[in-house]
Amino acid sequence: MTYRNPPTTPRKSATFDDYTLSEIRRAAATGIYDIRGGGAKRKLPHFDDLLVLGASISRYPLEGYRERCDTGVVLGSRHAKKPIELKIPITIAGMSFGSLSGPAKEALGRGATLSGTSTTTGDGGMTEEERGHSKTLVYQYLPSRYGMNPRDLRRADAIEIVIGQGAKPGGGGMLLGQKISDRVAEMRTLPKGIDQRSASRHPDWTGPDDLEIKILELREITDWEKPIYVKVGGARPYYDTALAVKAGADVVVIDGMQGGTAATQEVFIENVGQPTLACIRPAVQALQDLGMHRKVQLIVSGGIRNGADVAKALALGVDAVSIGTAALVALGDNDPRWEADYNELDTMAGAYDDWHEGRDPAGITTQDPELMKRLDPIAAGRRLANYLKVMTLEAQTIARACGKNSLHNLEPEDLVALTIEAAAMAGVPLAGTNWIPGKNGF
Amino acid sequence: MPAINISKALDQGHVQSRASRAFDLAELPLRELNQALHNLTPGSNETAWEVLNPKGSHSVAVGVDQPITIDVRGSVGYYCGGMNDGSAITVHGSAGPGVGENMMSGSITVKGDASQYAGATGRGGLLVIEGNASSRCGISMKGIDIVVYGNIGHMSAFMAQSGNLVVLGDAGDALGDSIYEARLFVRGKVGSLGADCIAKEMRPEHLELLQGLLDRAGVTGVKAAEFKRYGSARTLYNFNIDNADAY
Repeated sequence: MTYRNPPTTPRKSATFDDYTLSEIRRAAATGIYDIRGGGAKRKLPHFDDLLVLGASISRYPLEGYRERCDTGVVLGSRHAKKPIELKIPITIAGMSFGSLSGPAKEALGRGATLSGTSTTTGDGGMTEEERGHSKTLVYQYLPSRYGMNPRDLRRADAIEIVIGQGAKPGGGGMLLGQKISDRVAEMRTLPKGIDQRSASRHPDWTGPDDLEIKILELREITDWEKPIYVKVGGARPYYDTALAVKAGADVVVIDGMQGGTAATQEVFIENVGQPTLACIRPAVQALQDLGMHRKVQLIVSGGIRNGADVAKALALGVDAVSIGTAALVALGDNDPRWEADYNELDTMAGAYDDWHEGRDPAGITTQDPELMKRLDPIAAGRRLANYLKVMTLEAQTIARACGKNSLHNLEPEDLVALTIEAAAMAGVPLAGTNWIPGKNGF
Repeated sequence: MPAINISKALDQGHVQSRASRAFDLAELPLRELNQALHNLTPGSNETAWEVLNPKGSHSVAVGVDQPITIDVRGSVGYYCGGMNDGSAITVHGSAGPGVGENMMSGSITVKGDASQYAGATGRGGLLVIEGNASSRCGISMKGIDIVVYGNIGHMSAFMAQSGNLVVLGDAGDALGDSIYEARLFVRGKVGSLGADCIAKEMRPEHLELLQGLLDRAGVTGVKAAEFKRYGSARTLYNFNIDNADAY
């Protein structure tokens, strides 16, 4: 027998991992940056890094199912004559018609309405499907102004001025040619089939002083009836919140980097912006410093998945959360029942994010008439309503365990953190200690 | 107009002068002006309005949706006539940023100059600026017709999607950057053209269209043949990495 030196076990680089290598090869072959939908996929400090303390000798709990735990929230009470009253503090985030099919928008409206909450238009104008099926509809006012008109502005229940979103703070919209159908093209006043890249800045105002004047215009057009939200991506949450309040917003919406987009560059999604958890305390602090906490409502979105996330976000001081990705999953996005179809697209259920290509096997992020038929808007709306109800019950379960008769009575003192990072971001003690990093000089 | 005590209204600045109804912004707040305009219903006989003492107020006569005339006696601030849908507004002075933004239909005439973003995202109607317009005139326009007697500033018609922009004077730098299907007609010099904007042949149908616009805008003594036409080269309509320098 010949002797062989013991071989070195092949070792892959942690820096140049398989994903990185595949992306270098893909870029070299195509000359186009990777575009995808969704939010940041990297691991980030999140609500999972927080725990709720529950009751003890000094705090007594409420009886589950028997003692009331309120979930309602009023949005827009600062200036609007007709604030929005929601039964649950979980809203549906803006997603465009164009990115989503008409039936998918209808399903979101149906699910939200069954649950007593609001849904939101997107960068593509207001469709009859969603207006008709949404009791409470928030109309987004975006840089592109696609489909913007005073009639829809007046039949909306609130107006959301979109300055940015968590997946791409500072980035504009993108809808590739294969999804610009006749109907989408008409609503956006664009030629059919072109790659549409909408602007990242508003065309007729710049900076916080102009924003104040723009808000005045929208209030005047709608006779001061509608709540006006200002939505920003999670970039500089303290100052963005303060400036939105100064400009006259009724509601501030902050979308962390886990918040999804219909399509943008992968490099943007994974590298620009802050995690949702990191945005909340600075935003709440800004409201408190201005004496406006609970007067101007704060909505936070980006990676909200269950009632625990809702309870923890509310404990940190937000008034409501918003869901997008999770709502699509409830409708049927990335469902394993379409695994074979996902495989044909070189992906798998749970990982599919090429929503911009318009070939969604689940029939949600598409304008293809055949694929669209796969989504029954009535059944999908019911699934969304079920999911929203479960999330609400879960959040109530946690609040009752903390002795709170309203979700909004949860407070930072109900939380501890599992990691130093989360403790620093959330401003709550590391579990088992009284240490809040950054507080009291250390 | 809803129930208003006439003598009280007169005291407060609602003045019925000749056939028109005058509204004095020195006496009454902007909110009452816009509310009164929004309260108008089809068939109202209050079809002629005058706004006195605007003194640079923002959002004068925004969201009007009835076919009335509004004469604004002075200069206005931001967004005068914003989202106008059917009224004919004349500003007897100059206009601040965003005059006629997102206009749907009707007309707005500015006797003086207009600041930035005139006619931004407008979908229809006619915006006439008898003086000059500043930068970003017609930005993101979506069907509006804009006629400027004087010059326009830089970055005008940026991402302009549809409609017509007519300039009797000169245009600044980067005209029509990233333009879609809007048509630009400039009689004077163009500082420079933006990405994907090119000079185009003036065909008979364009001359006819332009002459119609000049007539509607009350321009006399100027011939359509004196203009050059600019529009999209359509090279940026579908992404190509070899065009990356243009982005």
